[in-house]
Amino acid sequence: MAISYDDVVAKYDPVFGLEVHVELNTESKMFCSCSTIFGGEPNTQTCPVCLALPGALPVVNAAAIESTIKIGLALNCQIAPRSRFARKNYFYPDMPKNFQISQYDEPICFDGYVDVEIDTDEGAKTFRIEVERVHMEEDTGKSLHVGGATGRIHGADYSLLDYNRAGIPLVEIVTKIVPGTGKYAPEVARAYVAELRDILRGLGVSDVKMEQGSLRCDANVSLKPMGSDVLGTRSETKNVNSLRSVERAIRGEMIRHAELLDAGKKVKQETRHFQEDTGLTRSGRSKEQAEDYRYFPEPDLVPVVPDAAWIEELRAALPERPSIRRKRLQEEWQVLDKEMSAMVNADLLDIVEATVLLGSDPTKARSWWLGEISRVANEQNVSVRELSITPKDVAAIVALVNSGELTDKLARAVVEGVIAGEGTPAEVVTKRGIKVVNDDGALMAAIEKVCGEQAETAEKVRSGHLPAAGALIGAVMKETKGQADAARVRELLLGHLGQATS
Amino acid sequence: MIKQSAAEMAQALAKGEVTSTSLTQAHLDRIADVDPSVKAFLHVDAEGALAQAKNIDAKRSAGEKLHPLAGIPLALKDVLAQEGVPTTAGSKILQGWKPPYDSTVVTKLKAAGLVILGKTNMDEFAMGSSTENSAYGPTFNPWDLTRTPGGSSGGSAAAVSSFEAPLAIGSDTGGSIRQPAALTGIVGVRPTYGAVSRYGLIAYSSSLDQAGPIGRTVLDTAMLHDVIAGYDPKDATSVNGAFPDVIAAARSSDVKGMKIGVIKQLQGEGYQNGVQARFDESLQVLASLGAQIVEVDCPSFEFALAAYYLIAPSECSSNLARFDAMRYGLRVGDSDGASAESVMNATRNAGFGHEVKRRIILGTYALSSGYYDAYYGSAQKIRTLIIQDYAKAFAQADVLVSPTAPTTAFKIGEKSNDPIAMYLGDVATIPVNLAGICGMSLPAGLADEDQLPVGFQIMAPAMQDHRLYQVGSALEGALVDKWGGHLISKVPALGGAK
Repeated sequence: MAISYDDVVAKYDPVFGLEVHVELNTESKMFCSCSTIFGGEPNTQTCPVCLALPGALPVVNAAAIESTIKIGLALNCQIAPRSRFARKNYFYPDMPKNFQISQYDEPICFDGYVDVEIDTDEGAKTFRIEVERVHMEEDTGKSLHVGGATGRIHGADYSLLDYNRAGIPLVEIVTKIVPGTGKYAPEVARAYVAELRDILRGLGVSDVKMEQGSLRCDANVSLKPMGSDVLGTRSETKNVNSLRSVERAIRGEMIRHAELLDAGKKVKQETRHFQEDTGLTRSGRSKEQAEDYRYFPEPDLVPVVPDAAWIEELRAALPERPSIRRKRLQEEWQVLDKEMSAMVNADLLDIVEATVLLGSDPTKARSWWLGEISRVANEQNVSVRELSITPKDVAAIVALVNSGELTDKLARAVVEGVIAGEGTPAEVVTKRGIKVVNDDGALMAAIEKVCGEQAETAEKVRSGHLPAAGALIGAVMKETKGQADAARVRELLLGHLGQATS
Repeated sequence: MIKQSAAEMAQALAKGEVTSTSLTQAHLDRIADVDPSVKAFLHVDAEGALAQAKNIDAKRSAGEKLHPLAGIPLALKDVLAQEGVPTTAGSKILQGWKPPYDSTVVTKLKAAGLVILGKTNMDEFAMGSSTENSAYGPTFNPWDLTRTPGGSSGGSAAAVSSFEAPLAIGSDTGGSIRQPAALTGIVGVRPTYGAVSRYGLIAYSSSLDQAGPIGRTVLDTAMLHDVIAGYDPKDATSVNGAFPDVIAAARSSDVKGMKIGVIKQLQGEGYQNGVQARFDESLQVLASLGAQIVEVDCPSFEFALAAYYLIAPSECSSNLARFDAMRYGLRVGDSDGASAESVMNATRNAGFGHEVKRRIILGTYALSSGYYDAYYGSAQKIRTLIIQDYAKAFAQADVLVSPTAPTTAFKIGEKSNDPIAMYLGDVATIPVNLAGICGMSLPAGLADEDQLPVGFQIMAPAMQDHRLYQVGSALEGALVDKWGGHLISKVPALGGAK
């Protein structure tokens, strides 16, 4: 019984809420000094504290508190003058203490918002996403369930546990429920996560790599009949690990709920898992019997009481909000919406800006990064940032082109050389012997040679048929191995054939 | 030699009259001799102790400057992690576990050059007041081997009172240092919460636990206190500030003009006659030394026991969740096809004793959704009231005093099937823990009716631990003069040869 998305939003009003978990990029874990580096051999980044050996005690990582307060400030939150950690008690093998240290009724940041702008049928429209709370907690270890059909703990032959991740600082950012977005719910949700990601990256507090799990999103969705004030039953979809998936998961859940409701069935309050391949969700554990986590204040830690003056210092040092920055750069650079979106979507705004700050003009910087360099990155199946070319290199190449020392074509060869690790643009130019032929004498010799070889064409030009010059210019360029400035060649050629240059 | 105080042994070591090796060997011999009947130790680390003693002797002969207590043997409660030495907290669930790290207390003891003889018996996870809840059998009171030494630090108290060790470390969550010290006629101090690092102290109730010193004299206890106290960045609840000089206080013995507050609620009805008599006598001694005795009112203390038996079990229900057979200790039921959950269940069922299970269940219930406010929440409010009662009382007196325990040592098995009767024995010690302040028990004499030791408790405000030693040494000095020696010299001879 398929129902179209248009039918869903004609009949139902969606309400959603998002919980985003962000792994902070602190050097050490939340409550001990173990390293947080991703990808280490299993169980090599552990100690008595994060393994929960008897007697071991947690101590709060001050850097994590600072990062969390920065996040709260960037999300327009209040910062609690005093907040506490609490224990969330439940048994699971990948959680060494069998309780998670989190924050419960006293989060460190609360009551904030993020404004996001999306394109609607009526033009660009801003939606305000209210942030209920931002709190700190610790990550669990990782379980690998071996054998069994599902890859889950039930039915597995055995399980392997890696505690390297246990205790990595996590920040959880919880929105209030977001009503009133109608058919734009999936896009608004996506725009919120994207904005959040940009804010966090701008703060430098997290790698925000959704594919590595350093930014994870859970999406709560419910539908209510159009015009109703009563919220529907919500489902909570976990494992939503890309921006596209946020949009797909919410859209998918809206359709699934609508199908159930249309068929007179009830939506079950449950946890669901998003499947990247199908874009659908599958049922996880049912939440009908709410788990009792027996929260109570963590007695091993003292309350977090940040100094008010310090908070103000952090506030004053906040970077420009990404949405505001984007507007400013677009104006400064005089680029179209479409071009701006291309840079944002390709995640190249920072790198283009850095190149511009090093003296490149915005159009050229954008065109190098988004064009040739992205193409090479694509070919090599790596991200642009992983290539060895830097904004400094690109700015240098642009300067060489501007000064006439390189042609666009030669510049591409230089870019290729820098990416191949041959050195700085200047070094590549020297090593490869790339040089614009500026010597008019040498050019004239080539022109005379070509005009002799292609006398017929030369005669056409001489008699005023200018388009024929192209073939001759091409031949001269070939003769000079592409190192000539085509404009200068044209100038000299036309002069040679008695045509005024323009 | 083993009957001396630690301070005397330290002098003999410093003068070269004795070596740490011979002193350590003498205590190991004493343990071999009497511990089969006292059963204070769960594990004797003869090899490690002699190696450390030899090491200290070598340093001393090389002329190195040593801590005054360097080379002195000591008994360590099995609740503290010591690298490479079996540490069980008196529980089957940790049988065979050897910590890969030292608790901060052990680090400090080692750094000062103390010689750790071994690990002492205790109520499982420090839950109990008689050491009968140990999974490895009870410890016996050297004053009367048919009686308990109290608990939960019963092993440490029995080791010191039977001359198996001159000093010991205990831990005190609701009186677990002071009550066994009282019942075995020695000195025990629960320092201010946060004064001694809890890092490596296997947690029972995090907001109440505190390790502390046990000795046969006030000065010995102060010297050990001084070694283990101090700020520790590994314990977030550790006090980062100036620590009072407890050794100087223990040597000052001057109470002239001090105000000593007798807590109305902690005497009289429910207290054994002999206990009350020795307590009253001690007050007279203090008055005769120039102290002023006043009575103070602490009405909330009536609810202290109830609050304690909600807070401690609540915290323990969470603290003990880590014992799940996944990473260390006992593992039961791990047969083919058994799920992680069933192994956890079977292990916890087999590994925990009755009292531990009782408290885990109590705490789990008290923290449950819908009951939290009524139980845990109310208990925390009582805690606040008790803190306020103390604040008012300390505005009227420099220290507060009471009998340490309502009775002298009770018979093995006498209360083990009556948890409430057992819990009531902690009525005078628990308020100190709830308020996070410090307390001392020192011998007040023998009760007339049973000739067993009576403990006199002194309480002081947080980080005023030196007041305990100042008043304690004054009282001890006067009583020792009166008795013609320390009370512990009257403990019956045990064992055979020596």
